[in-house]
Amino acid sequence: MSTQILSLLANAAIETGYMVLIALSIGTLLGGPLGVMLATSGRGELFEARVFNRVVGGIVNATRSIPFIILAVAIIPFTRMVAGTSIGTSAAIVPLTVAATPFIARIIEGAVRGVDSGLIEAAQAMGAKPLQIVFKVLLPEALPAIVLGLTLTTVLLIGYSAMVGAVGGGGLGDLGIRYGYQRFRPDIMAAVVIVLIVVVQLIQTAGDRLARRLNKRVR
Amino acid sequence: MIRLEGLEKIYGGGRGGVTHHALKGIDLSIDKGEIFGIIGRSGAGKSTLIRTINRLEDVTGGRVFVDGVDIATLSNAELTIFRRSVGMVFQHFNLLSSRTVYGNVALPLELAKVPKDEIAKRVQPMLELVGLTDKSDRYPSELSGGQKQRVGIARALVAEPKVLLCDEVTSALDPETTQQILDLLRDINRRMSLTMVVITHEMSVVRDLCDRVAVIDDGLIVESGNVFDVFVKPAHPTTQALIANEIEASLPKSLRRIIHDGPGGPGENPVVKIVFTGPNAYDPIISQLSRTAGIDFNILAGQVDYIQNRPFGILFVEAKGGIDEAEKAIAFVQSRNLKAEVIGYVDPDSVPAG
Repeated sequence: MSTQILSLLANAAIETGYMVLIALSIGTLLGGPLGVMLATSGRGELFEARVFNRVVGGIVNATRSIPFIILAVAIIPFTRMVAGTSIGTSAAIVPLTVAATPFIARIIEGAVRGVDSGLIEAAQAMGAKPLQIVFKVLLPEALPAIVLGLTLTTVLLIGYSAMVGAVGGGGLGDLGIRYGYQRFRPDIMAAVVIVLIVVVQLIQTAGDRLARRLNKRVR
Repeated sequence: MIRLEGLEKIYGGGRGGVTHHALKGIDLSIDKGEIFGIIGRSGAGKSTLIRTINRLEDVTGGRVFVDGVDIATLSNAELTIFRRSVGMVFQHFNLLSSRTVYGNVALPLELAKVPKDEIAKRVQPMLELVGLTDKSDRYPSELSGGQKQRVGIARALVAEPKVLLCDEVTSALDPETTQQILDLLRDINRRMSLTMVVITHEMSVVRDLCDRVAVIDDGLIVESGNVFDVFVKPAHPTTQALIANEIEASLPKSLRRIIHDGPGGPGENPVVKIVFTGPNAYDPIISQLSRTAGIDFNILAGQVDYIQNRPFGILFVEAKGGIDEAEKAIAFVQSRNLKAEVIGYVDPDSVPAG
């Protein structure tokens, strides 16, 4: 394999990593609190706000029901507003983040809901304030599940990032489409696929290991 | 220390839902330093009741006074402070799996923003008290049930509460561990003169731990008083049933199978249950019985317990004679202010030898 292809691959991998990491970070920053609020605003829960719960839950579901490729195209005006352009790797971060946020919100919600309600009761009995319950009890107890969920999100975003090539984003997916498919270079296509498989495998393994180390429930 | 007045709790009722009247007017007064038991079957309302004492459960009617304060009047901030003065121990321990033993015990102090070095100074003696100093860095999943409950107790005591609420704290434990936990709680009560409210469905927990007891049934207190008195002279059917569960356990299954209700057939002997309590509990009753009734008595089963250091015994004897002699024996026992009754009949040949 020529050094030219290798440098193409390396560049594309860096672009993918850049898109996925930024989208994951912003998505977690936005989706994390949203998920905690979804998990704690139901009837009789810590921050009961049922209207909020319904509305946000509805928006989250709506966003998640749109196929990513359509979402990416549909929000091009928004992307242009945020990123100043709708073309390029940086611009592609916008639709990726928009897709990641509700996904992460549901992941965090599920993880937080998985915490035994007896622990909330015990914390209340100790005189914990609601925010203390979130930060001292719910999030630490949910951490292993959150790590697994974010691993899943990362893998999902790598897949999505391949699609943003369609709206002018870069990365491994774009490389595979433009060189591998449109220029009939099966060697490049194969290289892209192999790199993706290895990367996803590494991420999943690392996530699993971290979650297991954090999980003190079973030994 | 704790006074409950006309406590009522109704669940549900929103949008035409089914309502559940969990507490129907509870009046209770619990003194400082005593261990007060509340016993009842599941669904009787006892868990709701104990949760009203630290306002984990808001009441529908009536008032809760703790240390003279009507806790319904507390603001959220005051409630937080108040709850630190009331420790709670749970049936399923409710320990944080992500924290070590030390971390779990330290949590109430962390929540109260106690400085780190002071937390260390206060957690260590608690771990010593419950005998878990060597397990300080372990996680709850590495502990046995009894050890987990010890952590729960240490956690409940670390903020130096005035009241300790125990919600079925031994129900998830085996009998031996139960005894150790009860001993520990007794010991803590004596050392710290802590007021304790103990919820349970097991009469043995009341017997071994409590000073006074209230029996709750269908949201109402049906009987209350000194543990010994309630145990010895249970007035309400629920109390009698709860105690019977305890006693029947002392009658071996093999015997229960061969004893049948009357009338006794030819050659069958009456089985008499004698309950020993009070000043005559130490009398040599069996030999006196034999002499008075003129027949022999065969001891089938029995147990003698000490409740609050007073003897309380139950004996099942087979009267080696007819019903007339058995009645004479019962009359004699009753003349000694002890209780006795014929509970059934048994074929002497079916009684296991020995």
